[in-house]
Amino acid sequence: MTERYVMSIDQGTTSTRCILFDHGGRLVSVAQREHRQHFPRPGWVEHDPMEIWRNLERIAPEALAQAGVTADQVAAVGIANQRETTVLWDRVTGVPIGRAIVWQDMRTGALVDELARAPGAAMVAERSGLPLATYFSAPRIRWLLDHTPGLRERAERGEVLFGTMESWLVWNLSGGVDGGVHVTDVTNAGRTLLMDLQTLAWDDGLLDFFGVPRAMLPEIRSSTETYGTARRVFPGVLIGAALGDQQAALFGQTCFAPGETKCTYGTGAFLLMNTGTAPVKSDNGLLTTVGYKIGGEPAVYALEGSIAITGALVQWFRDGLGLIGTAPEIETLARSVGDNGGCYIVPAFSGLFAPHWRSEARGIIVGLTSYITKGHLARAVLEATAWQTREVVDAMNADSGLSLKELKADGGMTSDNLVMQMVADVLNVPVERPMVVETVSLGAAYAAGLAVGYWADLEGLRRNWHRAARWVPAMEPARRAAEYDNWKRAVERTFDWIRSGEDPAAAP
Amino acid sequence: MPGPVQSIERAAAILRLLAASSGRLGVGEIARSLGLARGTAHGILRTLERVGFVEQDGGTGKYQLGAALLHLGTSYLDVNELRSRAINWADALASRSGEAVRIGTLLEGRVLVVHHVFRPDDTLQAMDVGSLLPLHATALGKALLAHDANAAASIRDTVLESYCRRTITDPRELARAATRVRENGWAAEVEELSIGDAGIAAPIRGYGGLVVGAIGISGAVERICDARRVPEPRLVAYVRDAARAVSRDLGGSRW
Repeated sequence: MTERYVMSIDQGTTSTRCILFDHGGRLVSVAQREHRQHFPRPGWVEHDPMEIWRNLERIAPEALAQAGVTADQVAAVGIANQRETTVLWDRVTGVPIGRAIVWQDMRTGALVDELARAPGAAMVAERSGLPLATYFSAPRIRWLLDHTPGLRERAERGEVLFGTMESWLVWNLSGGVDGGVHVTDVTNAGRTLLMDLQTLAWDDGLLDFFGVPRAMLPEIRSSTETYGTARRVFPGVLIGAALGDQQAALFGQTCFAPGETKCTYGTGAFLLMNTGTAPVKSDNGLLTTVGYKIGGEPAVYALEGSIAITGALVQWFRDGLGLIGTAPEIETLARSVGDNGGCYIVPAFSGLFAPHWRSEARGIIVGLTSYITKGHLARAVLEATAWQTREVVDAMNADSGLSLKELKADGGMTSDNLVMQMVADVLNVPVERPMVVETVSLGAAYAAGLAVGYWADLEGLRRNWHRAARWVPAMEPARRAAEYDNWKRAVERTFDWIRSGEDPAAAP
Repeated sequence: MPGPVQSIERAAAILRLLAASSGRLGVGEIARSLGLARGTAHGILRTLERVGFVEQDGGTGKYQLGAALLHLGTSYLDVNELRSRAINWADALASRSGEAVRIGTLLEGRVLVVHHVFRPDDTLQAMDVGSLLPLHATALGKALLAHDANAAASIRDTVLESYCRRTITDPRELARAATRVRENGWAAEVEELSIGDAGIAAPIRGYGGLVVGAIGISGAVERICDARRVPEPRLVAYVRDAARAVSRDLGGSRW
């Protein structure tokens, strides 16, 4: 019998990747392509949806060819995607309405302030489980409708469709203008501010509040179910799953039981804890979100601690400052010194996310003296990832009443041994990485494979999980306490930088 | 004896031209200066860019000498970069073989372990990234030694320490072993560093086929080898596949 595989598409913030997995959950081939980041104004971040689609058309055959596999050997395709990034497109021509507005984009700052003062604002957190913030999709849809002449009328007539990246890709894969299905999954719909977290349906009150016409919205489906058959790129292959990237990583780490927690280190870092079939409200700045929904089973919820900037700080160190040639070289540079020399970097590039949620904060480097070298800065860059993780873990412990015993880490930054050791040191718990660090892709593959019966059940997936590395804490408690105190004081100094009334998007 | 290779002569001329110019040069300027067709100049520039000898400015599209030229004498691949590029394939190798995986590079006559993936049986294991292994008594070491004339020469003058009865301590025997590694494309150790343990390794190649490291598995001799103490062909194939996959990612695809 010919071997069969599952294909995952990870449509991420900086690139799109196709990874082919075998039945053991092992990576068989990878093809990847970066797309352009457009920064038309300070605080604005855009992607070209057509470029992303064309990238997928190119890399998918590459991934198959690398493994010597044909499309008929692919049991299913699953999608994990950058969340909250907003795409609008013309239903008839298939052409996007301008570029996609990316989750990091801050242009809706003034709009969100205005909405926060409007009657009904309290309903947003109550129903969607999320704070009213520029991070989520609904204000972006509203902004586009407000700023594009005639768009609202066309949207109301159903001529313009909204989607996050998975909707855009499923619609195109399943035929586009020629019968493409317009769907989203609960994990992505749950990040728009338009979905009721309990009923998992679009909420009329929220649609009214944001002024978003229902006609433009995709149908909300489970994370794991067959949405349709691909007619392009992988002709004949079933499209079996879609999840937001962080929820996909939770799935890929097989965090299927309440209390199981993972942290994915990429551009940002996202700590998610499975809280079972009931949403848990946070008192400590965490988000309540849908973890996944398998077919007709009840949805599983999660608490999420979102950190905006981790790997992106390393990228800035490379591209903005030019102090290193490639991202992994930061470990070499950081190891050239023994400590941070008293220097701390708080990367509040677009405000701070969990647990602070301060959109007016901006990044700082503190503790500069003539003693500081680029080696110390490199260390401070990496330590910022560790301390931000600590803040989110503290919040998670407080909300859940549990105390984290060990952290399952994944994502590209886990190849940096120094960062992983720092995380173990500042959390004072062991940090483990699984045999597949590409858990986002693996989660999408698992979910799609489950939908078509390629994998029988969650227990089978669990058996694929193996520990690949483990870092144990080795920091003096007194030093940990002193450093944490320094970090907290550094964070306080980022607050209130953008003055109220100042448009954060227009700030220098 | 073949004659001079024209494209290498042209590449050298382009590098001289860029070194002599005060600013950056466009592909048209370079082509005109050297009397080359624009397409020819462009092809050579792209190749030079691939190996890091020239850099193209993102905004203007013009070219200048690349940073790699300044570091010709030193190791050109950062070990943390190597780990980052290899991590997926090292994981897949551990998963397929069921054994621990290590990636090593040469450091002052020893093997520096730059990456370690646990044996996937979820037992407690300790990370040994940063530790040093002997070149002559490990599969990783022999894979590196076989492809580095300097390392081979440096070890010729030293006393080869014996760890076990089977450790190769005779330099001539080690040279023969290195020849076999080059012929076969992989190296093995069978109870040469410690009793009861065996390993298989293959070289990782970067641009131009330069060996930048080695990847290998190690574990109990009865799992790695058959009854005649010969490494299992299935495991050898996994190791070589992983080495090829990493090499492909690093641009050493033809090997």
